[in-house]
Amino acid sequence: MSKHFFGDTAVLLGRSLRHITRSMDTIITTTIMPIAFMLLFVYVFGGAINSGSDSYVNYLLPGILLITIASGIAYTAFRLFLDMKGGIFERFQSMPIARSSVLWAHVLTSVIANLISLVVVVLVALLMGFRSSAGVLAWLAVAGILILFTLALTWIAVIPGLTAKSVDGASAFSYPLIFLPFISSAFVPTGTMPGPVRAFAENQPVTSIVNAIRNLFTQQPVGTDIWIALSWCVGILVVAYIFATVTYRRRIS
Amino acid sequence: MTTNQVQSPPIRVQGLEKSYKELRVLRGVDFDVARGSIFALLGSNGAGKTTVVKILSTLLKADAGTASVNGFDVATQPADVRESISLTGQFAAVDEILSGRENLVLVARLRHLKNPGTIADDLLERFSLTEAGARKVSTYSGGMRRRLDIAMSLIGNPPVIFLDEPTTGLDPQARIEVWQAVKELAGRGTTVLLTTQYLDEAEQLADRIAILHEGRIIVNGTLAELKQLLPPAKVEYVEKQPTLEDVFLTLVGTGGKDGKDSDAHDDATPARMSEEQR
Repeated sequence: MSKHFFGDTAVLLGRSLRHITRSMDTIITTTIMPIAFMLLFVYVFGGAINSGSDSYVNYLLPGILLITIASGIAYTAFRLFLDMKGGIFERFQSMPIARSSVLWAHVLTSVIANLISLVVVVLVALLMGFRSSAGVLAWLAVAGILILFTLALTWIAVIPGLTAKSVDGASAFSYPLIFLPFISSAFVPTGTMPGPVRAFAENQPVTSIVNAIRNLFTQQPVGTDIWIALSWCVGILVVAYIFATVTYRRRIS
Repeated sequence: MTTNQVQSPPIRVQGLEKSYKELRVLRGVDFDVARGSIFALLGSNGAGKTTVVKILSTLLKADAGTASVNGFDVATQPADVRESISLTGQFAAVDEILSGRENLVLVARLRHLKNPGTIADDLLERFSLTEAGARKVSTYSGGMRRRLDIAMSLIGNPPVIFLDEPTTGLDPQARIEVWQAVKELAGRGTTVLLTTQYLDEAEQLADRIAILHEGRIIVNGTLAELKQLLPPAKVEYVEKQPTLEDVFLTLVGTGGKDGKDSDAHDDATPARMSEEQR
């Protein structure tokens, strides 16, 4: 690792954070869809859904937070793609800097941008009646899981960001990720789903992550869900990181 | 810096080969560039000029052959090469969302220099961008972007600069501004490798010109030497017509936006306007 890694990453992070603060619309568009889903499900479908919870918004929020992240990382791929295409990427690579810091700056920017979006969505949920008895530790645990999930999806987003041929290609990968919560326990309990769908729903990462966050919010024992959730997040993170790094090496040599 | 740099020329390319899958782009390219000179690599689209520049700036690895920049081997000492060079690519590599000044400060910081703000202000002044310095680059004209791009490449005074088609897509005035900047650079002792598909640009700027064709350098020499390759000039009497470039520049004024004098106009190079189109 180059001696300048941290300094260079900090400088480049400052650069991409400026991109975000100068176009807050990316934060807003990231949050619009999850907020729209939340309104739709709470005020239209929610009355007819038997979630087994007192307040449907309480039941729904964890899944909405995951959708927020899935839609937010599309911008990570988009920003990376623009750098690749615009030539500034090559300028950085031909300069005496730590080469991996170019990528890390984008990854850290993604985490910060997604945290801002998550805060916005939680504030809207509070307005809609979301309440949690969770203490500071439980909130920190929720934040930790969400950051880990963001990192995992961000490293996935790096791959299309580096390899896409068009803007659409760079962000299209996020659609299936946005859709994944619908076939999970995020919106309805999995108990009513037919066999194969239920098997898929109960064994895909979103369900365990949603259940873990929901239990933390309602101060229930988190049980094995949190360990399954963490294994999914770390597993995806490691695999995506390896593939992204290999892709990056191939791009810069 | 080190002694081996003094002996070897700042750019030395020997037997360079590169293929993209089946396509053999470079088939053994050799050339040297002398310190403080401007060397033009001339060739049509797809001749492999950019590939040469990318290998020299450590963005691509060659399949065979060696290349050294400032005495450092591009394959085995890429970090030292990157300390010695600046690359101005085919497309202005500037950050559109940042201001011109912020772009310069960014590069100065990444080169780990002290006083990035002062460096930025000096370069803004030198490239007549002081007024536009605080504006977002997305509001700049093509010529201003290119000037900013070149200014960013000068930060840290690298001894070797690569300019890959620096005037492609620029209007005649902006082109003259860029030429001026390049001449100034070489005047300060910087070694410049320039690629271009515009013959007049090579004629205007280069101390030596090499023509890259079908993966090899087919000629390499000064303009006078290249001219001798053809039969000696015949004397003919031709009525001197102003070129369209002369007309254009006279009508719109040559100084550009900043009132800088341009000597390129006096040289009255017959530029073919069709080349101005992308």
